[in-house]
Amino acid sequence: MEKKKILKNGILTENPTFVQLLGMCPTLAVTTTLKNGLGMGLSATVVLIMSNILVSLLRKIIPDKVRIAAYIVIIATFVTIVQMVLQAYVESLYASLGIFIPLIVVNCIILARAESFASKYSVVDSALDGLGMGLGFTVALCIISIVREFFGQGTIWGIKLYGGAIKPAAIIGMPPGGFIVLGILIAAINFIVKKRKEGGKN
Amino acid sequence: MDQPSIISLLIAALFTENFVLVKFMGCCPFLGVSKKLDTAMGMGMAVTFVMAIASMFTWCVNEFLLVKYNLEYLQTIVFILIIAGLVQFVEMVVKKIMPSLYNALGIYLPLITTNCAVLGVALLNVQNGYNFINSILYGTFAALGFSLAIILFAGVRETIDEKDVPESFRGFPIALISSGLMAIAFMGFSGFSI
Repeated sequence: MEKKKILKNGILTENPTFVQLLGMCPTLAVTTTLKNGLGMGLSATVVLIMSNILVSLLRKIIPDKVRIAAYIVIIATFVTIVQMVLQAYVESLYASLGIFIPLIVVNCIILARAESFASKYSVVDSALDGLGMGLGFTVALCIISIVREFFGQGTIWGIKLYGGAIKPAAIIGMPPGGFIVLGILIAAINFIVKKRKEGGKN
Repeated sequence: MDQPSIISLLIAALFTENFVLVKFMGCCPFLGVSKKLDTAMGMGMAVTFVMAIASMFTWCVNEFLLVKYNLEYLQTIVFILIIAGLVQFVEMVVKKIMPSLYNALGIYLPLITTNCAVLGVALLNVQNGYNFINSILYGTFAALGFSLAIILFAGVRETIDEKDVPESFRGFPIALISSGLMAIAFMGFSGFSI
């Protein structure tokens, strides 16, 4: 398969968050600030690439019947490693992501890629697919968290942009805001995709 | 560590810290299986069963195996294996006893394994230092909170389907926005405790 296409597939055409609507829990939970969003996106990307590589390497050895359990163990192993690394080197991020780091194990994107891609294609392709999907997830998280941080706290990456006279709408940073912002973003993307398709026809 | 009373656990798990609407755990089935009221109820029941049993097993394994031999760092891996096994068991039971529910839940039944609420509750039980009884209670109540949210939401969604929603918002986006509104309603409970 063409390498470029695999990457583009993950980032745009089949973006895991905006198109496939997978991995909603971390998407909604950690996107309160850009730092958290980026941290979660990159952690998941690392796990995704590593698990895709290992699943692809073992694809002829793992028996079909126990493959899901095997994939979960592989994923959980890498998540534990990432968790330890974060705890040792970036403790503030570890504290703010909290329980959502071990919960990367149950992020549907990772299991979905292991099952639908890595178990069928070569190691290099699978690593690229992991990278593409991971970046697609990271980009999506960053977009959502920029919107939420800007409107919810009046800051981006912790830098104050406005405040004082105009109070930020705290609700956007709270749980309901997560649902509403994601809903509006997906609707906006649907709208743009539809307009482009109509433009293409004319 | 002080153990909370049953009532305060119940209120926290159902309302003030509702798993789906406040903690964002279990969003995938919440958004995926909430199109019809009866499937939502079936899902709620299956998840409640799995979460209660999973809390029990993971507490025992953690207390008598992992903590005893200083293997706490294996928690994530061990817990997810226990959950995967339990879900397989529930799948077999549901298939045998309620084939109609089995067909209605479809792909979402095996996906209970990857429902973060189940692993989440197991990890939270350990983090909060709950004892055996409270772990089971918290697991059950959290699952009831999940069921409450998903059943209410299925009711909302059945009516939305008949409404004239702007085209770009149809389907998933409007579902997200209505769950956002539900989350605002649940925020009204915050700070409420006994």
